[in-house]
Amino acid sequence: MNLFLQHALTGISVGGCYALIAIGYTLVYGILRLINFAHGDIFMVAGYFMIFSFAVMPFPIAIIVTLIATTVLGIMIEKFAYAPLRQAPRMSVMISAIGVSYLLQNLATYLFTALPKAYPAIPGLKKVIVIGNISTSLVTLLTPIVTIVLVALLLFLVNKTKIGLSMRAVSRDYEAASLMGIKLNQTISFTFAIGSLLAAVGSILYFTDRMTVFPFSGSLPGLKCFVAAVFGGIGSIPGALVGGFFIGICETIIKAIGLSTFSDAFTFIVLIIMLLIRPTGLFGEKNIDKV
Amino acid sequence: MNKLNFKEKTNINLLMYLAIIVVSVTILIFLDMNKFQYNYVISIIEKSLVYAVVALSMNIVTGFTGLFSLGQAGFMALGAYTTAILTIPIASRPNVYYMNGILPALENAIVPIPVALILGGVVAGVFAALIGIPILRLKSDYLAIATLGFSEIIRAVIASPMMDKITNGSYGLKSIPGFKSSLECFAYSLICIVIMILIINSSTGRDFKAVREDEIAARAVGINLFKTKELSFVVSSFFTGIGGGLLAMFMRSIDSKTFQITLTYDILLIVVLGGIGSITGSIVGAFFVTAGKELLRFFDEPLIIGGVQIPLFKPGFRMVIFSILLMIVVLFFRKGLLGGKELSFNKLMKVRRKKNLDEPGGNA
Repeated sequence: MNLFLQHALTGISVGGCYALIAIGYTLVYGILRLINFAHGDIFMVAGYFMIFSFAVMPFPIAIIVTLIATTVLGIMIEKFAYAPLRQAPRMSVMISAIGVSYLLQNLATYLFTALPKAYPAIPGLKKVIVIGNISTSLVTLLTPIVTIVLVALLLFLVNKTKIGLSMRAVSRDYEAASLMGIKLNQTISFTFAIGSLLAAVGSILYFTDRMTVFPFSGSLPGLKCFVAAVFGGIGSIPGALVGGFFIGICETIIKAIGLSTFSDAFTFIVLIIMLLIRPTGLFGEKNIDKV
Repeated sequence: MNKLNFKEKTNINLLMYLAIIVVSVTILIFLDMNKFQYNYVISIIEKSLVYAVVALSMNIVTGFTGLFSLGQAGFMALGAYTTAILTIPIASRPNVYYMNGILPALENAIVPIPVALILGGVVAGVFAALIGIPILRLKSDYLAIATLGFSEIIRAVIASPMMDKITNGSYGLKSIPGFKSSLECFAYSLICIVIMILIINSSTGRDFKAVREDEIAARAVGINLFKTKELSFVVSSFFTGIGGGLLAMFMRSIDSKTFQITLTYDILLIVVLGGIGSITGSIVGAFFVTAGKELLRFFDEPLIIGGVQIPLFKPGFRMVIFSILLMIVVLFFRKGLLGGKELSFNKLMKVRRKKNLDEPGGNA
């Protein structure tokens, strides 16, 4: 029973990080109909930002610098790699996204070498807490709480504010929204900013637990989080949350029962089953193809 | 009159291609005779040939049928492992499977290399046919991520402890017989490429293009959408499997890490640079990228000019250059270097030609 609780806690913590990244996928896909393959690598670069800013400044400022730098990176990627392809066929945009991912990975290998770099320990986060018979670190407990608070804030932003309204409008109908005077580019940039910001938060929580960053540490979590977004229904924020937790918990359970070679494959099996049974995901809206 | 003209043109092209083949064979024979001197050049050529096969097979499904599939690495793994298991000399098998032993049924299973390559292609093709039934219903980006998922699943299964006696799990396979000469590699690749070109230019190939241009219109003229997609997927995977077998022979040792997503991206780089939907583009692209990666190797070494070390030059720099090149092509030459066009000698000889309708369209 204790062992089970221990694993469940780890699973929920990993799931929280996944949920934060999955939201980035879901928001971008909702608006641009694009799998942002580079999102996982933005998450990885955020890890490096933290390492380097932590080395030269006190940790509260380092965290803020990391968040801002990652957000700027997300907006820049959109401006340079996706904005020029607004009218292009979807395959071109997707290849562009893969290209950005390829570029970020190679750039990281070039600048920081392929060897894993130690992630700084933020004071207090690794403190061990003992509840009953379970011992865990503070970050494990903190992750799901941070995730849920951020998602609540995001839901408020999307549903109650003006910029949220324009985001919803653009995702519903791109052309009609621009005819109604919504500034498309601004809205899209804002979406990327939020996605990257959440990825940066996720990255701090995830890497504090993992302790090392290397150039490819973003690619697999990135794909898993995309699966989480599809599972919950792409375009839906609560869906991404549920999907993230589901994938995180299942993965931890599979590792716990000794099938770790299959833990990555499992994620993709979930994806394929979901796409076959209910392509719109748990909370997704039905999409009707028009001629 | 027009028809006659057309025939003349094809003849010129055919003759020129034959000439290229003859010249290549001559060069290869020369290189083979001076094997020790040109070892490096031979290995670049062999690698390019293998990549040309895989890139063209990816182009069939992605460029000509408009199905964005990212499962290449997985199908290559199937082909590579099948070829490797069936061709490793029986004498060296205990040495390869020293950790877990080999499945008794496979202990003495050995077939000639061409048969092993074809079987590798068949395994990949059969697998593609099976997964194609459910996943080819998916649209563009979902299809991409689902094929990518399958590729990862294949890799996980190959590396899993349950497959130890067949694939040697995470230890990988070694002692795979290599190419006896570069001509052998050239012959296998040439056969694959010619068959693929014949398929692309057949009526089946025209069905593929029709599906790419407009699925609804294609259905309206009586093309069975599912059958066409499935056929394209299976044909592509078959040749990808053979390409994987050739890669195994080129590398002489493989493990599941060889077939990561990065391998698919490397092939995608070739297809995109060469031009999505261009046969010659894929082939030229394969040579360009593979040779380029080798020639730019000096970028990865520290460069010292006049006693000052230029800080840009360190490991990883050439891959950054290639990534930037990919981004430039994607953003500014959206159709790749050759677009949907083919490199043709008629054009070089300034024979006027009507604009080709074969450009890839925006199939979402």
